[in-house]
Amino acid sequence: MAAEQPTTANEYILHHLTFLSNKEPKGILDFSVIHLDSVFFSVLLAVLFAGSFYLAARKATAGQPGKFQNFVELVVEFVDTQVKDSFHGTNKLLAPLALTIFCWVFLFNAMDILPVDLLPYIAHGAGIEHLKVVPSTDLNITFAMSLTVFILIIYYSIKVKGIGGFVSEFTMQPFVAKNPVLKVLLIFPNLILEIVPFLARPISLSLRLYGNLFAGEMIFLLLAALTLHGMSQLGSAGGWALLVAQILLAFAWAVFHLLVITLQAFIFMVLTIVYLAMAQEHH
Amino acid sequence: MENFAHVQAMTVLAVGIIFGMGALGTAIGFGILGGRFLEGAARQPELAPMLQVKMFIVAALVDAVAMIGIGFALFFTFANPFTAGLTH
Repeated sequence: MAAEQPTTANEYILHHLTFLSNKEPKGILDFSVIHLDSVFFSVLLAVLFAGSFYLAARKATAGQPGKFQNFVELVVEFVDTQVKDSFHGTNKLLAPLALTIFCWVFLFNAMDILPVDLLPYIAHGAGIEHLKVVPSTDLNITFAMSLTVFILIIYYSIKVKGIGGFVSEFTMQPFVAKNPVLKVLLIFPNLILEIVPFLARPISLSLRLYGNLFAGEMIFLLLAALTLHGMSQLGSAGGWALLVAQILLAFAWAVFHLLVITLQAFIFMVLTIVYLAMAQEHH
Repeated sequence: MENFAHVQAMTVLAVGIIFGMGALGTAIGFGILGGRFLEGAARQPELAPMLQVKMFIVAALVDAVAMIGIGFALFFTFANPFTAGLTH
């Protein structure tokens, strides 16, 4: 908790929704602000994922595999099946990208299972006021991932279809015309009808992940605020009732949230694969 | 000064509508999705695992916009941008 214990649930929640930044943002778009906690945890989880999978690959044996190698093979095979189902070309980047996205987003989301006050309490002992431990509740992180996928979509579209093919995909569809004059006239409505879903993809990709994780974190915070006054609540019967309610509800929500965590990581990966596959298909 | 309570009241109503409409759309969508999945699985039980995977994919797409709405609604609840410039 902060230097003064938050006395209302609203203060407690607002305290937990604040990022550890290097400075206060001036206005809504300030690129000099860095969310140190998001960066720290995302890098830490990346090192954890990449490091452990790399070690498993190095120590891989063709004979009977150990438990961790078995697990890594399971995950890799799972991602490989998904890629093979949706993409019928050859692209060396796609499957490793899908694996990275799945495992990294899953680790981000899994940080939400830790008790809400655990890491912030430890950090407070070290003098850090605010700490948000779930990187996917930071819009910057989710948008960074989806904008990277967006750039890759554009890159592969142009690489496979050429600039002409890429532009014609936006201007000659969905209304096709043989007459050149009609073609020029239809460029504008085609452009509108194609640009909107094209831009909606990265935005929805990132906001879907953000919304799900933010809502999950918010419910954990609201449940944690049920026993805001700690030990002093146990004096009354109402306090005990709130404690029991909190334990039951938090457990139920955590179990449901396990599904949401895995599902959102899976969806991010599947949609990345599908979008990149669509970018590379010839007509 | 009396604008502050007015804006807060409107925000509360807006949050309620966002949650309600999101829940309504999502519920109907999931009902139709689940129903079709059960029909398909009943018709061809050997395809049930594959259909289940695809059902989860579509399920996440169905509640995407509802979740985005919930994210914004919670943002309005706790860090209301509409009352940012007003005094109370």
